[in-house]
Amino acid sequence: MSSVSDKYEVIVGLEVHAQLSTLSKMYCGDSAAFGAAPNTQVSPVSLGHPGTLPRVNRKAIEYAVKIGLATGSTIRRENQFARKNYFYADLPKGYQITQDKTPLCENGFIEFEVAGERKRVGLERIHMEEDAGKSTHDLDPYYTLVDLNRAGVPLIEIVSRPDIRSGDEAYQYLTEVRKLVRYLDICDGNMEEGSMRCDANISIRLKGDTGLNPRVEVKNMNSMRNVKKAIEYEFERQVELMERGERLAQETRGYDALKGVTLPQRSKELAHDYRYFPEPDLPPVIVTEEYVDAVRAAMPKLSRDLIAEYTTTYGLPEYDARVITDDKDTAFYLNDLLTLTKNYKAASNWLLGPIKSYLNENALEISELTVKPQTIADLIALIDAGKTNFAVASQRMLPELVANPTESPLAVLERLNLLQSSDEGMIKDLAVAVLAKYPDKVKAYQAGQKGLLGLFVGEVMKGSAGKADPKLTNKILTELLAG
Amino acid sequence: MKIDNALVDRLAELSRLEFDDSAKEQIKGDLQKIFDMMDKLNDLNVDGVEPLIYMSDEVNVLRADEVKGQVTREEALLNAPQHDSDFFKVPKVIKK
Repeated sequence: MSSVSDKYEVIVGLEVHAQLSTLSKMYCGDSAAFGAAPNTQVSPVSLGHPGTLPRVNRKAIEYAVKIGLATGSTIRRENQFARKNYFYADLPKGYQITQDKTPLCENGFIEFEVAGERKRVGLERIHMEEDAGKSTHDLDPYYTLVDLNRAGVPLIEIVSRPDIRSGDEAYQYLTEVRKLVRYLDICDGNMEEGSMRCDANISIRLKGDTGLNPRVEVKNMNSMRNVKKAIEYEFERQVELMERGERLAQETRGYDALKGVTLPQRSKELAHDYRYFPEPDLPPVIVTEEYVDAVRAAMPKLSRDLIAEYTTTYGLPEYDARVITDDKDTAFYLNDLLTLTKNYKAASNWLLGPIKSYLNENALEISELTVKPQTIADLIALIDAGKTNFAVASQRMLPELVANPTESPLAVLERLNLLQSSDEGMIKDLAVAVLAKYPDKVKAYQAGQKGLLGLFVGEVMKGSAGKADPKLTNKILTELLAG
Repeated sequence: MKIDNALVDRLAELSRLEFDDSAKEQIKGDLQKIFDMMDKLNDLNVDGVEPLIYMSDEVNVLRADEVKGQVTREEALLNAPQHDSDFFKVPKVIKK
């Protein structure tokens, strides 16, 4: 079914603010840690006292260069800072120190997959700046309360080109950005806690048109899901306006997650006038070729590097490699596991199968998993040696090992009396007895109903209290039935 | 450049200042003098002259990522016109 919306396409550019996980702030030595008691991580600089001077955090530059390199950006040699002036209670200086005309990184890109297709979104710039404090409006009936712990925490702002064409693409873009900052270890990427925030610039146009219509900036979306929903809502809203022949105006709106709608935020007569000018208190930062080379040499492996390594060095399927590298900690767990076993595919299967289900069922992260990679490697070795099988190991042993992470898998097998038997004589006796019990089924099997083998194997397993080696049982039964 | 009421109002709004009409007249006069002086600078030929931003030639004045120089909350709140034991208190910014 086609609707009027089909005539239009949505044009989206995203601005992502990511808090850098440095110990101290961008321009002074206050702690940048999250969650401290209000106004306990402040100094004369972050409080905006007259006569104080900012000084740039070396680590913040390094982190910003890292993401620049990871996104294929051009790294600027001579960097200046600028003052962006605006009046707000949680910005005590009256200006934010940011980069205006000289962003550190330009012309990079982010690549990701959406609906099976590779998509590349260009980056206009990534620049360095500082966060503002936090205002609380609902704690006190008469006043707004201001906490300046966050004032001055280092941020990078990642500004995309208007290359995004749907809510789904925006979602995947953000997933990729979050993965990137996590692999680079420069930001924890947690949108719910505000360490990664996103504003979206959204406009629509008739398909085939090349110009851009006035855009709506939607602010304050605290999850990737909300960004996607806000884009989808805005698309419909703007299409409706345009179909009614109304003029679209450039404006700022906020996303109301409870109602699933965007609402006007700022009145237009108060349009911002930031009066940018160069920050004279901070001398330029020169990023040399040698410095960039040193940062490049120390870059950690990113998900795309690990995917290449898993598929070539370890021969894992691309699907496994992609799913595992979606989460950095899962990939690191596999990295450890791959050094402890030679059965690489089994290692991947354990992570994607039993471990993933266990974590999902208990709403846990892999970092909270009590079972260490060595234990999983031991389990794989026991299965490969025929001392247990995958079903027993994943269904019976794994829960035991989660509860008693220091016990060895072999000890668990012995304690539960599950050690698989490769005693041929015992299995053969059981097999002969089972076949004697079902003469009709034996005839049917020999007449061509090969599927009956499963029944015989099941009976032998039952007779052995689950301890018979299923592979060996299979082999012995097949031989006996062949006569 | 001629300073008019609209410009004074705009600047007052940006700097969150409030004054009555007689003060406004005085400010208009003062601003006009400041702008006239600045206009003189426009007579200078600065073709090929790079803007001067920094008073020294130093670059890369960076600091290590270390926590230091913090003050206590009591000290931080000391100069605030209004505060409680934890927060700075300011007029409500958002109207419910």
